Amino acid sequence: MELQEKLATLVDDMPAFSSSVMRVMDLTADINCSPKELVEVIDHDPVMTMKILKLVNSAYFGLRSEVVSIKQGVVILGINTLKNLAITIAAVGMLPRNSVKGFDSQEFLLHSLGTATIARILSQKIGISSRDSTDYFVAGLLHDFGKVVLVQFMASQMQEILAKANAENLELHKVEQNMLGFDHGEVGGQLAEKWGLPSALVTTIREHHNVARQHCPMSDCVIAANLITKHLEFGHSGNPVVAEFPGTVRERFANDMTGLLDELGDLSSPLADTRIFASM
Amino acid sequence: MEFTFRGVRGSIASPGPKTVKYGGNTTCIEVRGDNGEIIIIDAGTGIFPLAQSLLAELPVNCNIFITHTHWDHIQGLPFFTPIFIPGNDITIYGAPDPVTQRGIDAVLSRQMEHAYFPIREAELKSKISYVNLADRERIEIGSVVVENILMNHPAMDYGYKISCNGKSLFFTGDHEWPSNIYEPEDDGFEEFQDEIQQRYVETIDFIRDIDALIIDTSYTREEFPSKVGWGHGSFDTSIQVAREANVKHCYLTHHEPTRSDEALEAAYAQALQDNNVSDAASEPCFHLAQEGRTISL
Ligand SMILES: [Zn+2]
Ligand SMILES: [Zn+2]
Repeated sequence: MELQEKLATLVDDMPAFSSSVMRVMDLTADINCSPKELVEVIDHDPVMTMKILKLVNSAYFGLRSEVVSIKQGVVILGINTLKNLAITIAAVGMLPRNSVKGFDSQEFLLHSLGTATIARILSQKIGISSRDSTDYFVAGLLHDFGKVVLVQFMASQMQEILAKANAENLELHKVEQNMLGFDHGEVGGQLAEKWGLPSALVTTIREHHNVARQHCPMSDCVIAANLITKHLEFGHSGNPVVAEFPGTVRERFANDMTGLLDELGDLSSPLADTRIFASM
Repeated sequence: MEFTFRGVRGSIASPGPKTVKYGGNTTCIEVRGDNGEIIIIDAGTGIFPLAQSLLAELPVNCNIFITHTHWDHIQGLPFFTPIFIPGNDITIYGAPDPVTQRGIDAVLSRQMEHAYFPIREAELKSKISYVNLADRERIEIGSVVVENILMNHPAMDYGYKISCNGKSLFFTGDHEWPSNIYEPEDDGFEEFQDEIQQRYVETIDFIRDIDALIIDTSYTREEFPSKVGWGHGSFDTSIQVAREANVKHCYLTHHEPTRSDEALEAAYAQALQDNNVSDAASEPCFHLAQEGRTISL
């Protein structure tokens, strides 16, 4: 798909979220900046995370494939290179808060962070080790990456799509499919695949709205987390509809959303912890 | 195969009476394959005396492997006389820069920009080609095989293993063995520790049983704590690694520019004592890398 090629090159010049750009500038102004604080900022920003995973997984550098976590990236590239990469990304600029009517980048970041946090909690609930659950956090953080790319580079079409979804209370990806012929899941998935990201991550991003998708623990956790985040009205993804759990997800957790929320108990504290990454 | 230290100093050239024994030139190692292949690792100021000796064997066909592009490892390149002489064939290998996304060719040709050097790259008379290496490549040059592995330094730094007819050496370039950025009580500690450990094992496996390990040994035990993150090794880490990798000889290099011959020997003796280095057969032989010295493997 030619459009994907074009988007892939455009993403290099895509700015990250304003809160993380400001935090990176702030931290790196000090030569002795704390590496772990820096890592924490990067791994809470979908654009910075995606750009760094793209680099670490790229065949050009041949570093190592299948890298999902920024911590792994630090050990491979070294903290100094990571810091300079973050500065380079920050120097591109900041994503404007409301470049497109109906899409607030701050709210979108909260939605991504919420999905990431809950996906990690859910993964531990189904027996994924705490170490591997980081991958689920990353998958949640990046699941809507395609959306932010579309908003950035196909602004007028996305504005129309967001308005239509909102006015008619339609699911966003369905309006995208009607008006563009593809949805943000496909865009994000294609980019992730092109950049050599691990296949579970690619599949999760690509298929998070596909009802006919394969059964896989990562997709199930991210889909459930996405819906729970919307249900709790934590941030806003631009999609006005909160769907029911699809069958595969209900099977995975042996519960529907209400039941699973009961089991999880109060999520306000882990969610509040992530809020600082979206605040200015 | 044999190799000669042409420069063993870190950071900046430091000539003078106090460094005359171990030498003041920055990093450059000349390696000769069994069939006369010329492999040069790094182009610090030590490449200049090497260039002089190569003028006796024109035309020169050589391969320069750059560990990383910090000044002390490339500063001599514009003064590598064979680049000006027609008929010479020079291939330069190195890592692309992930931050600027530029190849080794672009990084090095900036060194020849007008503000820094009077001769333009296009005016060089020899045939120069550049090769960008991804991690873990394998280059065959006659009877010699060169393999690279990413090390840890505030720049993309490749260590190079050079093998020829069953003999092998490895040079780290500048390298600090990674340490954990988290405290044991932090959430990320274990994950990070696992990654570090995995990388450590991979690196040790890469250099296991080689004949000569040439390793960045910039700091003493006392100096190291205030230099963590600067991207260099210490006497303690070098000794530990040489033992774990079961190398035969270990050459400590990248000497601190302020360290006199006397201070260097004292630091070396202290480190051997602190680490209980014995002359048991199982123990690697440790040496201070010394400019001008040739070692046959
Ligand atoms: Zn150096
Ligand atoms: Zn260096």
